[in-house]
Amino acid sequence: MSAVHVAGVSKIFNQGTPKQVDALVDVNLTVEPGEFVSLIGPSGCGKSTLLRLIANLLEPTTGAVTVNGKTAAQSRLDQDYGMAFQQAGLFDWRSVAKNIELPLELKGWDAEKRAARAKEMLELVKLPEFADLMPWQLSGGMQQRIAIARALAAHPPLLLMDEPFGALDEMTREYMQGELLRICAETKTTVVFVTHSIPEAVYLSNRVVVMSPRPGRITEVINVNLGESRSEDTRAADNFFAGITAVREALRGTHADHANAGAIRGVEDR
Amino acid sequence: MNQQLRRAAYRTGMFFVSIALVAVLWELYKVVGPEKGGKLFGVAILPRSNDTAMPHIWEMLSRYAEPEMRSPNSKLIWFVVLKGAFYSFRLALVGFVIGSIIGVALAALMTRFKTMERGLLPYLVISQTVPLIALAPLVVSWGGKLEIFGFTWPRWLSASVLGAFLAFFPIAVGTLRGLKSAPAASLELMDSYAASWKQTLFKLRFPAAIPYMVPAFKLGASGAVIGVVVAEISTGLKGGIGRLIIEYARQATGDPAKVFTAVFGAAGLGLGMAGLVALADVLLMRNRPKETTT
Repeated sequence: MSAVHVAGVSKIFNQGTPKQVDALVDVNLTVEPGEFVSLIGPSGCGKSTLLRLIANLLEPTTGAVTVNGKTAAQSRLDQDYGMAFQQAGLFDWRSVAKNIELPLELKGWDAEKRAARAKEMLELVKLPEFADLMPWQLSGGMQQRIAIARALAAHPPLLLMDEPFGALDEMTREYMQGELLRICAETKTTVVFVTHSIPEAVYLSNRVVVMSPRPGRITEVINVNLGESRSEDTRAADNFFAGITAVREALRGTHADHANAGAIRGVEDR
Repeated sequence: MNQQLRRAAYRTGMFFVSIALVAVLWELYKVVGPEKGGKLFGVAILPRSNDTAMPHIWEMLSRYAEPEMRSPNSKLIWFVVLKGAFYSFRLALVGFVIGSIIGVALAALMTRFKTMERGLLPYLVISQTVPLIALAPLVVSWGGKLEIFGFTWPRWLSASVLGAFLAFFPIAVGTLRGLKSAPAASLELMDSYAASWKQTLFKLRFPAAIPYMVPAFKLGASGAVIGVVVAEISTGLKGGIGRLIIEYARQATGDPAKVFTAVFGAAGLGLGMAGLVALADVLLMRNRPKETTT
């Protein structure tokens, strides 16, 4: 059973009005359990829309989304996935530990079980001493780690991330990428990851899904697989650069109509 | 923390400085202003500065220590004013609580149903244009006819209802803005947890609304005081500070300082109510980032 199965999905906003937008057209994607899949593409290619369809925050216009063998709606009700956004989005009025407990509270866990799980998650993201601090006392990178801990608090098999490191500086970002890989390996979580950054997608993913806009669609899926033991050295390895080149070429392909365009709008080439 | 204390001390200091400044201006005008009032560009605009119209500040203050009336067993005026202010305070508090419940409930309803907001909000705005003076006798007569399950409408409740009438509006509008201030990403997060509307309301929307609700409740608190004082005056309810103001004002020719003792009492009452809300503010916001607590 695949972790995510997207079959013939289209999403059209404002259908039948002059403002109609074909956000996604006939998208097919299967993500296997334990896989790390990135969605990359220029602005407006529908990568965030696709993530929200998987999360059942949006309903597809046509086609079907299945998560863990269930409909997307059912898996949302069952909290089969956790979600993290570009902004950590921690609640200012809750301590760090209480923020992590939020999804468990909504599920009706009792206080003792919640506290134990929050402690476990804080250790997972290596911030155990910060439990009683308030979110605004933490740096941006720490806040994002707490957001990941919150997303994983209910031990969901799937993690959906929408540019979670987009607001972080480059150093923190690379550190967070390493941490995310470690956490996912420890928890055996499947990840669908939306990003603007080619190196980030290549470093993290088993497969990079390249998308293009107007209408939003998948143009290419690139197998990367840099191996299980990725480290800082991986960022200097040949197959890392080979992956980057492959993704970049695929993205160029999405802009065939303006072949001379050097930089691709909305995609970080760093 | 230390900085917060210093800021609080600074604010308190400025409060007293500003009051002293008003007192100085008052006395200054008494020195330079025309005794019989004056015209500016043909319009009678300058108030009379004689002791009947503008008694000295120290006369107002010393009046507190004198008996209310000339009869031998009359109570001292500070006691009478304090008692009246406390009576009105209780009425205003009841009005404030009623107004808060109605205001918050309306805001929650308007957040829940878009059509409610579009249909209800204009009426709320219109309701505030009805003069309180016109409304007061109506509420009293309606209340007098009301009798539910042996509950008879006490006269003072009409004053509280009018206080609630002024209090609920800023509370409803401020809370509505606050409830809608929850960031879209946080709402999406709650959605991803399949949280119910009620869970989202109490775990996200209300906590996010607190910074908007506190100033709204401050306005509501002073609104409740104004409503109660005006209602006391226009319905002739005895015992409160509003009644004292109207009584003392009638004696202003013979005893000009007296009415000011009651006016200050009413001002102090308003400050007391606002102070209650400020206290709640400090308690609720103590763990929030400091930028939002200005």
